[in-house]
Amino acid sequence: MAQRLTTLEELGREQQYQSRLQVVVVLVGIGFALLLLRLIFLQAIEHQRFHTLAESNRISIVPSAPNRGLITDRNGVVLAENTAVYTLEIDPTRVSDLPGTLDALAELVRIDEGTRKRFLQRIRETRRLGLLPVRSFLSDEEVARFTAQKFRFPGVELSTRLYRHYPFGESAAHVLGHVGRISAADKAAIETRGENDAYRGIDAIGKDGIEKTYEAELRGIAGYRKVETDASGHGVRTLSSHASVPGNRLRLAIDIRLQQVAEQAFEGRRGAAVAIEPATGDVLALVSQPSFDPNLFVDGIDVPNWRRLNDSPDRPLTNRPLRGAYPPGSTIKPFMALAGLESGLRRPQDSVFDPGWFSLPGSSHRYRCWKREGHGRVDMHVSVVQSCDIYYYSLAVDMGIQRMHDFLARFNFGVESGIDIGGERSGLNPSEAWKRARFRDRWYTGDSVSAGIGQGYMLATPMQLAYATAIFANRGVAWRPHLAKEIVDSRTGKTRVTEPQPVFETHFNEAHLDLVAAAMVAVTEPGGTAAAAFRDAPYKTAGKTGTAQVIAIKQGQTYRADAIDERHRDHAWFIAYAPAEAPTIAVAVLVENGGSGSGAAAPVARRILDQWIVGSPPADEVAP
Amino acid sequence: MNSPPLLRRVGSFLLRPLDPPLLLLLGGLTLIGLLTLYSASGGSWVRWSNQLINFAVAICCMRLVAQVPPARLASVAPPLYVLGVLLLIGVAVGGEVINGARRWLDIGITRIQPSELMRLSTPLMMAWYLHRHQEDLLPRHFLIATVILALPMALILRQPDLGTALLVGAAGSFVLFLAGLRYRVIAVLGVLALAALPVVWGLLHDYQRRRVLTLLDPMQDPLGAGYHTIQSMIAVGSGGLFGKGWMQGTQSYLDFLPERHTDFIFAVFAEEFGLAGVLVMFVLMLAIVLRGLRIASQANGLFSRMMAGAVTLSFFTYVCVNIGMVIGLLPVVGVPLPLVSYGGTSLVTLGLAFGILMSVRRHRGMIGGP
Repeated sequence: MAQRLTTLEELGREQQYQSRLQVVVVLVGIGFALLLLRLIFLQAIEHQRFHTLAESNRISIVPSAPNRGLITDRNGVVLAENTAVYTLEIDPTRVSDLPGTLDALAELVRIDEGTRKRFLQRIRETRRLGLLPVRSFLSDEEVARFTAQKFRFPGVELSTRLYRHYPFGESAAHVLGHVGRISAADKAAIETRGENDAYRGIDAIGKDGIEKTYEAELRGIAGYRKVETDASGHGVRTLSSHASVPGNRLRLAIDIRLQQVAEQAFEGRRGAAVAIEPATGDVLALVSQPSFDPNLFVDGIDVPNWRRLNDSPDRPLTNRPLRGAYPPGSTIKPFMALAGLESGLRRPQDSVFDPGWFSLPGSSHRYRCWKREGHGRVDMHVSVVQSCDIYYYSLAVDMGIQRMHDFLARFNFGVESGIDIGGERSGLNPSEAWKRARFRDRWYTGDSVSAGIGQGYMLATPMQLAYATAIFANRGVAWRPHLAKEIVDSRTGKTRVTEPQPVFETHFNEAHLDLVAAAMVAVTEPGGTAAAAFRDAPYKTAGKTGTAQVIAIKQGQTYRADAIDERHRDHAWFIAYAPAEAPTIAVAVLVENGGSGSGAAAPVARRILDQWIVGSPPADEVAP
Repeated sequence: MNSPPLLRRVGSFLLRPLDPPLLLLLGGLTLIGLLTLYSASGGSWVRWSNQLINFAVAICCMRLVAQVPPARLASVAPPLYVLGVLLLIGVAVGGEVINGARRWLDIGITRIQPSELMRLSTPLMMAWYLHRHQEDLLPRHFLIATVILALPMALILRQPDLGTALLVGAAGSFVLFLAGLRYRVIAVLGVLALAALPVVWGLLHDYQRRRVLTLLDPMQDPLGAGYHTIQSMIAVGSGGLFGKGWMQGTQSYLDFLPERHTDFIFAVFAEEFGLAGVLVMFVLMLAIVLRGLRIASQANGLFSRMMAGAVTLSFFTYVCVNIGMVIGLLPVVGVPLPLVSYGGTSLVTLGLAFGILMSVRRHRGMIGGP
């Protein structure tokens, strides 16, 4: 050491200084030891945990939604497809002046106050999420305008998403139903079914109609990509990917041209029509008027549109063919006529005298015939052709409700048809047991009288009447009505046919069937109630008109359509099948408050049959 | 023109006054720093070359200071100190507010952070003052030295910059300790400091309190105040024993690590080189500290001893505070990792500091020097 230690005092100070340095060395040692201990804890002992955390930081699973399966009509015309929709998205972290950017964007793209508010709200609610959608469904023009100016907007992106689209809009809306955003209730249902994984990346689910029934077929299987993401959630590179499997393609029994002709035939009136191929149960058309545009529901319906649809007195959202239970009225008569023959209570030539009214023995109450002056002497054939009420009053009384109920059940009255979309009602095929359970009251003979002409307690949906007509046309063999015809597997390309089996078979006397059928054919020929509507038809049609009372007409009063409120007017029915010799189609048409079956419903049926059998409407429309 | 001899002449001119072991160690740490910075910048040369320029400036500063004898250095202390305090007052009056704190002063050419300057000039001033009375240090001398320390600390606290204030305070405390402040007094001061903690807590800004609370439980606010700590701990921990490899750190490469070029660069290093790399770095740092203390131990004169000790211990403190913050032992304060973090001011200050150390080493034999 080069120091010169002169005094004792200096020596003391030197010792003190060196000892202080030693203390410092110890402190430094402790400091580094502490740091090292902590690092050993982090990097050696807890390494696995932090490794996992880093990996989950880094890797995110990005699901890729599968393409939902297409829905086509029986001829391959696409009824539901997926279309690319342009969405404008903003990454708020990359935009310095958000309000200014939105103002500038609003000059190119429509961004109203509500859209703007919703977007700003969304930013406040989410953190560190990258691109957020501002507006969807940009028009081509808006896309073009924005693309040209894109350089001005760093952090603003245009993306495409697939949306369900129904190219025919309101047409067949009640058949197809629609998809919609997965709701909390849907989510809970998915969870209980254990299908969480299947819905990864999917944000739409079948809410109604075919879309709902065949959800599992149409949905497809989501794929996913393992993506390395940075802190702001942007994908940096794809590590691995599993392709999604598109949903299966569904071919319906519906013929969209027939469907549209049928819809147009209603000319804006409320009502329902069902057309079935008797030999297979294929539902060729299922009309509910008025209708709605299912495209409104795809991305969540807005409040004004929802109010308009839901609050309308015309109830466009109601699926009338399945949900509307109406008194079948006179359309029940061919089935009753067959019941009379089959039960042996009536021979074809047996006749009753119709003075215009009928009363039960020991009662002064008069059940009137629709024709005030009466039809005179009426046998089975005339009773169908002229739709005589008196014949059926007496037949019903003779049969009694139990035999009536049992026979009508053979045509599936009072039971759901089992069509493959939801919401169907069962109608009502009344019986003594039913009345006791329902009203704690016994069955009166008068109840049978009303039931004999399809009034009183009797209720049927258009679907049921079409089904019953198809069973009749098919001579007792019932094929369950179905909308889906076949499913084409998206992976194998194989076709699966959906359920074309006869559900039950009843044997009727062939001669009896022929007699009633002949009477129904006469309905559409000169002298019949529907002769006007079927004038010059190039094929033979077996049909029956009907009217269903909406309000009861008091004793001694006459029903006058012009005198009562439009919504209290009778519903008009028409059932038919054609060609009569070898039926390829059976229909039931209901026009709500249409007045008479011959005037309102039969012409609609004519246009449906023409379209199906001839291929085009007749040149000169026959006005009723 | 014979270039090799010329190069050698320039080299030896540059290096002669410098202490070879210390220079070697500093060079080693610098190399590690540049390697890590390159990775932290995602392979971009821009920031890296800027840092090279910073190093060049820092080395020049070191070289210049190293050849100045401690006595001359001591004489610079009062004007430097006064200038620093004036600048701090200037900041308080007309400084630029960045991130809610008034720390920067725009002097036309560039913005400077006067508090950085005080990290060195405060202990320098204290050493200068105590040295003048080295023959008979009385309690009042220590008291005045404490006042010299308290003035800039108070100004820096006002900015507010708690981290720098504490670091300046630490450097000053080392000076007092090495000057021979009695253990009894130190004990009393320690007790007083503990007693003052609640008061200090009351004076803290909200964000400062949050940082301290975050340290206790970072998961309380994982996306807010705790985000930095959690992400850096994940980076360090996921590095494991041998690291993910250079340029392979996912935490930094994918932007999860905040401030990864500057205050949190240690996390990048620990993630990519693992515990093994950390051990190498610690050996280097420990060797630098021990070499510095050795120089202090052999120094002559109170000023030299105090400065050598204070500079070395400041380096140690920076290392501890920075790494402690990155690995979740200390609250988040803006302290760079010496020689590794990106940034000019910090490097130049370091250059000056190690220059002083070199100067003390070079002039250790001078008798009667200050």
